[in-house]
Parts: sequence; C-alpha cells; structure tokens
Amino acid sequence: MKFTLSWLKDHLETEASLGEVVEALTMVGLEVEEVSDPSAPLKPFVVAKIVTADKHPNADKLKLLSVDAGKGPVQVVCGAPNARAGLKGVFALPGVVIPATGDVLEVGTIRGVESRGMMCSERELGLSDEHNGIIELPEDAPIGVSFADYRGGSDPVIDISITPNRPDCLGVRGIARDLAARGLGKLKPDPLAPVPGTFPSPVPIALTFDGDDTPCPVFAGRVVRGLKNGPSPKWLQDRLKAIGLRPISALVDITNYITFDRGRPLHVYDADKLTGTICARLGKSGESLLALDGKTYAVDENMCVIADDAAVLGLGGVMGGETTGSTEATTSVFIESAFFDAGRTARTGRRLGLNSDARFRFERGIDPGFVVAGLELATQMVLDLCGGEASEVVVAGREPLLNKVVDFPLAEVKRLSGLELPAETITGTLEKLGFSTTGNGDSRSVAVPSWRPDVHGKADLVEEVVRIVGLDQVKATALSRISSVSQKVLTPLQIRTRRAKRTLAARGLVEAVTWSFLAKPIAVLFGGGAPELELANPISADMSDMRPSLIPGLVAAVKRNADRGLADLALFEVGQVFAGDRPQDQSIAATAIREGSAGFSGAGRHWNGSAAAVSVFDAKADALALLDALGVDVSRVQIVRSAPSWFHPGRSGSIQLGPQTVLAHFGELHPAVIEALDAEGPIVAAEVILDRIPVAKAKAGRGKPALALSAFMPVSRDFAFVVDEGVEVAKIVKAVQGADKKLIGGVDVFDIYTGEHVAAGQKSVAIAVTLTPSDRTLTDEDIEKVSKAIVVSVQKATGATLRG
Amino acid sequence: MTDIEQLEATILDDIHAASDETALEGVRVATLGKQGSVSALLKTLGAMSPDERRTRGAAINALKDRAALAIADRKAVLKAAALDARLTRETVDISLPVRTGPLAEGRIHPVSQVIDEITAIFTDMGFAVAEGPDIETDHYNFTALNFPPDHPAREMHDTFFLKPKEDGSRLLLRTHTSPVQVRTMETQKPPIRIIAPGRTYRCDSDATHTPMFHQVEGLVIDETTHFGHLKWVLEEFLKAFFEVEEVKTRFRPSFFPFTEPSMEVDVGCRRSGSEIRIGEGDDWLEILGCGMVHPNVIRSAGLDPDVYQGFAFGMGIDRIAMLKYGMPDLRAFFDADARWLKHYGFRPLDLPSLYGGLTG
Repeated sequence: MKFTLSWLKDHLETEASLGEVVEALTMVGLEVEEVSDPSAPLKPFVVAKIVTADKHPNADKLKLLSVDAGKGPVQVVCGAPNARAGLKGVFALPGVVIPATGDVLEVGTIRGVESRGMMCSERELGLSDEHNGIIELPEDAPIGVSFADYRGGSDPVIDISITPNRPDCLGVRGIARDLAARGLGKLKPDPLAPVPGTFPSPVPIALTFDGDDTPCPVFAGRVVRGLKNGPSPKWLQDRLKAIGLRPISALVDITNYITFDRGRPLHVYDADKLTGTICARLGKSGESLLALDGKTYAVDENMCVIADDAAVLGLGGVMGGETTGSTEATTSVFIESAFFDAGRTARTGRRLGLNSDARFRFERGIDPGFVVAGLELATQMVLDLCGGEASEVVVAGREPLLNKVVDFPLAEVKRLSGLELPAETITGTLEKLGFSTTGNGDSRSVAVPSWRPDVHGKADLVEEVVRIVGLDQVKATALSRISSVSQKVLTPLQIRTRRAKRTLAARGLVEAVTWSFLAKPIAVLFGGGAPELELANPISADMSDMRPSLIPGLVAAVKRNADRGLADLALFEVGQVFAGDRPQDQSIAATAIREGSAGFSGAGRHWNGSAAAVSVFDAKADALALLDALGVDVSRVQIVRSAPSWFHPGRSGSIQLGPQTVLAHFGELHPAVIEALDAEGPIVAAEVILDRIPVAKAKAGRGKPALALSAFMPVSRDFAFVVDEGVEVAKIVKAVQGADKKLIGGVDVFDIYTGEHVAAGQKSVAIAVTLTPSDRTLTDEDIEKVSKAIVVSVQKATGATLRG
Repeated sequence: MTDIEQLEATILDDIHAASDETALEGVRVATLGKQGSVSALLKTLGAMSPDERRTRGAAINALKDRAALAIADRKAVLKAAALDARLTRETVDISLPVRTGPLAEGRIHPVSQVIDEITAIFTDMGFAVAEGPDIETDHYNFTALNFPPDHPAREMHDTFFLKPKEDGSRLLLRTHTSPVQVRTMETQKPPIRIIAPGRTYRCDSDATHTPMFHQVEGLVIDETTHFGHLKWVLEEFLKAFFEVEEVKTRFRPSFFPFTEPSMEVDVGCRRSGSEIRIGEGDDWLEILGCGMVHPNVIRSAGLDPDVYQGFAFGMGIDRIAMLKYGMPDLRAFFDADARWLKHYGFRPLDLPSLYGGLTG
C-alpha cells in the first residue's frame, strides 16, 4: 500500500516529520517497506534561461545556445524546435543522471561544437512522454534554483505492507486513524454531505439471488448525467502516478482515488451502454466477461456477477467489463458501490487467476458501513471534476453491519500483555481507533467499528490497546523455572536421531540435508510413488513425490559433487521418509552412503596404503556400528538376504531382530539403479529406520551387571575348515560357539581362501578361537578335548573338513 | 714380560679389536670358554707344586676377572653403538602425510547443529521437544490455527498440496511448524512448554527462498504466562544463541491468524558489507514472529481460553544459522556440496551445551 506524505496529511493534522511518521507506522504494526522521494532525481536540475540562441555552424537543425543557470553563460548545443532566446527551462550540467535513461550526462562535441549541458524535455526527466520540445517554464521562474524545489518540493512516497487483517488500512484514512490514535496528530473531520439527487435514477437495480443475498448483501448506485469526461486534474494525476497508477480519465481516476483514499472500490458504467435492470446475481455457466484488462473470463455458478438484461457487466468485487466502461465520450454514468462477500470474491479471483485492487480489498473485508457514503463521495468528486447532475441514490439490500459488541474486562490487558494501564488509557485508546466504550467499572462494553472485521473478542482489543500504547512498554518478565535442575525432556526417538547423526559423522561421513521430495520415477524405483504421496503442485517434476528412502537424494548429491569434480564421498542424512500419508507412515531414517573408495579409514590413494573400492562390508559396518551406538545388541541381530530391490541381490542384506522387525538394509546399490540415477558406482548404502528399534525397557537402577574377570590365561587356537563355497561363514562361527558355550570366549575369522590349494567349489575358512577358562588353567588335554568338539560341531553343521 | 702379562695384553687387544657383539663373543669363547686361552692356563695348575699353584693360581684368576670385566665393558659399548646404528637406520621421513581418520573427516550439518543449540537453550528453560508430521491436514495447518477459509492469509503460505483424494479432501505439506501447537495441546495437559523444530515447505523458490526449509516453533500454555514472559524468553534465547552479553530487540505489532496480539521481532545488529553482527550497532533485522496464542486456537485444542493462556513463536532455523555462522546463501544448505559441508559443517564431537558453550 503506497501513499504520499501530503496525501496522509489530507486526513491527519500533524506537524510530525517524515521520520516520526515512519517510526510510528512501524510501531503500530504498519510495516514500512520503503520510503522514496520521486523528486530526488530532479534535485540536480536547475532553472535556467536561454540567453542567446544561434544557428549551429555545421548543422541546420541544431542550435547553439548560451544558457544562464546562475553561474555564468554555458555553451549548449540543442536540437529542440522550441529553443529560443529568452526561454526559461530546465537545465542539466555534465555529471547529472538523466532519469529517463539512467545515463550520466557528459560534455559532448556535436558536429564539431562543444556542448556543456542539456536543456531537458519532460520525457528526459521522466515526467511525461512529452518530447516535442524542451520544457518551458514561466517568466518568473528563478534562475539557478533546483527544479525539484521550484516544482513544489518533495512529497515522499511511503510504501507499507498491510497484514491481511487490516483492510481498513488499505485506504489512507485508515492509516491516518491509527497514527492519530498513536498520538501523531489529529484525525481530520470527514464531513460527508449526501449529494441530493435531482431526478430518479433511470437505471433500476436489483439483487437476484435465490433467497440468500450473502454474495452481495447490498448494492447501491446512481446516475450522473450531462458530465464531461476528460483528463483528471494535475493534483489527482500526481497522486496516482506517485503510487504507481497510470491516470486514465477523470472518471476512472476518481474510482482509483477513492479505492486508495478510503479502501472503497467503486465501478463506473457508461449509462448509455446499459440495458434494462442492473442486478447482482450468481453467474451461469456459459457466461463470460471481457474484463477491463482486455482478457475474457469464463463465469461459473459460484461467482457473483453484476449483469444487465443483455450481458454480464462485471465480476463482483474483482473487475468490471470492458464494453460498458467509461470512455472519453461518456456523458452519463452509473456509479456502483456494492459489498461483495470476502470469501466468494477470493475464490472467484483465485479461480480466474485475476488480481485487482478491488479484489485485494474485498477479500480482506470492506467497511460495510461505507457503501452508500462511498457512493456519495464518488458522486461529489464526479460533479466536481466532470460536472453534470446526479440522480437519486438507489439501494438494493442492506449494508451488512455486524454491530459487534465485546464485553471487555479491562483486566484482560494485564492478563495477556503483562502491561498495567489506567482504565482511561485503555478506553481512550480504543475510542481514538473508532471503538465506542460504554459502562464503567471493571468491565466495559466495547462496540467495534464497521471497518474492523478483524476484531472479534477480548484478545483483539488487548492487541489494539497494546500496539497503540507501545509494545516497548511491556517489561520482560522471567519465566519461572519448572525444576531446579533441568529434566530430561527428549524422547527416545529424538535421542536416537541426535545420536545417529553424531555416530555417522564420527565414522567419517558428512551430513547432508536433501529435499523431502523427488522425481516420481525415482520414487517408484525405491518402493515409493504411491498416488497419495504425489504433490498436486510441485515446483518441478524433479520434486513431485515424497521420498520413500534417503538413498536417492544422497546419490543425487554424490552425482552433483561428481559433476563438480569431487569424488570419493561419504555422506549421510538422518531425516523423514514416507510410506504413506498418515502421521504414522512417516519415520526417521538414518542413511549412510559411500562412493568410490570412501571407506572408514579414508579414501583415495595414499603412500601408506590406498583405499580399496567400497563394498557391501563397508555398508554393513556402518549399519551395525550405528545400531550398536543406538543400543541394539548387535550380537543378537539376524543378517538375512532380503534387502529391497534397489540393492545388488548378491551383495546386500537386511538386519532384523525377527521377520517382523527389520531394522536396516545395507549393501551395494543395484547397478541398474545407479544407472537410472545417472550416477557412477561403486556406491554402497546402509539405511536404518530409527523408529523400528524397540525402546529398551526402563531399568530400576543405572548400575551395570557385575563383571566377572577370569584370573586364568586365555588360550588361542587356530583352525582351518574347508567347506563348500556356498556355506555362510556365520554358520561355521555359530557352530564353533556352540561347541562349548562356557569355554569359548571369542571366535575370529582371519582368512578366507579359494584357489589352487583347495578343491574347486570349496573355500578354506581360517578361524582363531579364544578359550577363556574361568576356574583353572587349561591343560593340553582340555585343549585337545574342546578342539575336537569344535571340529565335530562344525563338521556336523556345515559338512566341513579340517584342512590338513 | 711374563706369559700371563703377555696373554693379558693379547686378550685386551682382541677385546678392543672386536667391532661387534658377535666378534666380542668370539673373543670371550677364545679366552674364557672351556677351550679358551685362560682356561688352558688354569689347566696347567694341576701339575704345579702347592706353592707355585697358589701364586700362579691367584695371578691367573685375576687375569680371568680382568678379562671378563673388559669383555663386559666392551659389550656395553658395542651394544650402545649397535643401538645407535639401528636408530639411525630406522629414521623415517616424518614429513610424510598421514590419514587423520574418520573423526577428522565427518561433519554435522549446520541445521542439525543449530537445532542442537536451540534445544540446549530451551530445555534449560524447561521446554520439551515436540514433533509433528510433515504431511498435514488442512485442519491442523490452517483451520485449527484460526485461518478463515478462503482468507488471503492462507494464500500467503504458498502451500504444497498432495493430490486430492476421492472424497475431494486433500492433504498438504505443512507450511509452518505451528500445527505442532495444536497437536501438543490436544495430547498434553497444561502447563505446556515445548519447542518443535522441523522441516516446513512452501511452494516458493528463488534467491532467498527454498521449497523446503526449517522452522522452530515455541509454545507455552499455562494460566499466567503473558507477553512480558514471551519478551523475556526470546531475549534470553537470542543472547544465549548468538553468544553475546546483550541484545536489543524491537517488538512490532503484526498479524498471524493464530496469535493475538501478534508481533514480529527485530534484533539490533550492525551491518558492514555482507556481514551482520547481532548484539551491536543501530540497525534492525527481522528475526521471528510471535504472539499470544489466539483464544480460538486454545479453544480448538479443547482448552478454555479464559483459563489458559500463553505464547507461541516461530523462527527460521536456516535463517538464524546463516546469521550466526555467516553462510550467504540459503540454497546451499540443501545442495550438499562437499566443500560447503566441510567448511560450514561441525565436527562430530562439537556437542553444543550450556556448560561447555554452544560453540565450545
């Protein structure tokens, strides 16, 4: 919302400076976006007189001027046909920026003659499109004075952003009212005398709704005939131009002016182009309107339209029609002032993608008490600027006044704001804003003015009082402590989320935050893409579906980095994934991916041992380390070959507590998936779903189980078993452990061998078994006995033979 | 010179001549070993007279002792020399680069770090951390938060919608963390003190907006909390978060459908070039929105607004991260450029706490 300082002063009697106005606007909640002075670019231009004007020696159409700008004669070459001795105009010296072009004026040589300045046209100064000659100022214009000052000083333009609850401030008068309440001056009286009609309105009006007039509860209008439309006066044009509107004609400018001065949109029809009764009604499908913006809009049954017997004339509260609008030739008008329902106006505008100053106001809430008054104001302006005579006012329906009254215990101010104010400050502030208060004592009845649709209850009144008195008056008050020492407040999942991030970072992975949405084909590739997870209005096709996994986003990140020459990345993300659209379908995944050679110990080539390409085992290590850090006993988890389809089927697995509790997947990504993601492998991934980890049962104490340390030397023995290649090593390890659960303390697999020393289709698995006696030192016989048991157990479980 | 003296001279020469421990051991064997020269001399005693044996025996044994001592001395010298030689041999080029290991490589994203910082501060003030789903209903995102249907305030949110369901209803991606206010009030009894950090979404993408960003919501509901408390909490938070002694704040009236009164908060700062310093200077920077929870919101969560009251605030996490740590561009937060993450990210053990400082 833009306005000028002088415009504000039409409504506000004040001595306040621009700075004070800006400060007050900000502090009452009318946020100042920008203050600009349109005359600022004109400041360096000066009033000057052409002393002599001679023919240019080398050009017929150019003149050689001697210009007096108050500092002695200056030689200027000028091509304007009206340049002549004695003319006073606007002069620019070299170094000045020409507003129309933004160029800096320089000393030039034109056809061999030096020119040290420029006499300007209106177009060059950005004042109008006039460029047939240079500006001609009156005889008495003082030479040497800044043109900006001569022209009438500056009128700063203030641009404020109006929050959607304050339609009353979409007119300058509303802004003035707030500032007056703040103590910045006095709101000027607004004597709106009705303009008497001299004849009955020849245009009949009607509300033709089916019993429910809410789309347009009131419609008022009148005819003004015998008028003359033409350009509006300069003051009006200047105001409209200052706020960025193009003056069109007096009639149109009047409606625009009242829109911004009072927040009251109006429409003016050429009365000679109307047929029959003007009615407000709901649209019919098949109808359409050629609107003032030159576009044709299809009307439907949900829109409120203004129509005559022949056609739709306008979209209620949004925009009028082209064919019945006023023109230079118009001599008789019908002025419309109506009230359109906010919600319906918003829907219509949204449906049609049509924005207008009228819609902007109607959808926020027009003052229902200013329908007829607005019409009277418009009539007066039309009579003043265009002449003619006005008909009587016709009104269909009634102004939908709410006449809200709020019972307001004055103590509410203190209860909600903490601010202790005298009763008269509270009521006085409200009254300055147009509220009326009655009663005395602790509670008052407060009547809400018609222009404040945002005020419904006590809290709204508290806001009114506090924002005008000043939020800075409220003292900061310490919140009491709930407990002396802060309590644990994080939930198990929150603790896991934080711990997962730190764990993965501690494993050398770098945390990324990637979009929650991705392209549909990618979502499908990772088990997503369900219709309920597709956005209706995505930013782009690449961001259309909620992600089912964090892997594709991380792979895309790897790919972006690769495109920048950054390889061997280890990235992780801990964030939400979506299996459906219900809250319980959302879970937190912790996902680590490693690319190229980015293993745990480092990446790339190194003199002390280059890193190998990442493998399924890097991913498995990440998954298990993460689960361990999150309190899962990883010695008890099951590793199964049931990773989802986006993993390499032979180099991936799942970690589960049982078939119903799958905690994680790990492995190399499927080569076809990597290709579909346009990335390059090897890429391995581990994805743990944090929500699936069971919460440990609360323990009575924090003590750990007692630790029994053996006093006897542990003994280590090595075994090499030859088995079929398909036999899983875990099976061997389990068989070893089962041979003597008490004595066998550790089983380490230290070599897997296939090759010439082992038969084809078989492998040799070398295992170190640590025996940990608890009651006595082991004898050779003890060791021999358990060794035999180990071999038998492994043989039985896997068919292995001890390697000779 | 007697034969003993002669032998001793020879032995000492041999010991001295031994250049390493192996040679010295050879001398020892040749001298004191069973077949050695001194042992041979001792064997001659048997054929001597007792007197002769006494004098001669003492002389030979003295020789034996001196030889053994000389060998031991020489051995110590040789051992030290050998060790020196070994150490010299073992010298390496310590300028060679090493791998510093995973702790030095890993990084925490600034968003996670800042959430941890915010959590540390607010949990000390008795706030818990609440959460809500990213996919929300119109009810929780708008209606329960007092957004009237069709009101322009809804449109200002640039909402992402999911595809409509068969019954015409449609879910959306939450445009702010405020739905958590309602969800919390529905499931918890006052007094309530929570913050709710999380992802939020708006259909907006340009130099300063990303379609996804992070917010933290704050909510206090009890029977006494007023705007003065809100002011205190935010001022204390800003001081703690930006780690400065004092901050200036300016509360400006504003509008959010779910608070009444509503305010925007500016924080005092100094701008020089692209750098912004909080806690200094005379400029203002808008940093968050807040207000007293609207009676309709309290009511829609099933509480009586004449009994319960409180405040709520919402703040951009990415934005305050940028202000504190100086990242110039929001879009880079979600680009995962490894160089950016390395540079602006935090080390795994940089755990923010109040007792150890948010930034150590």
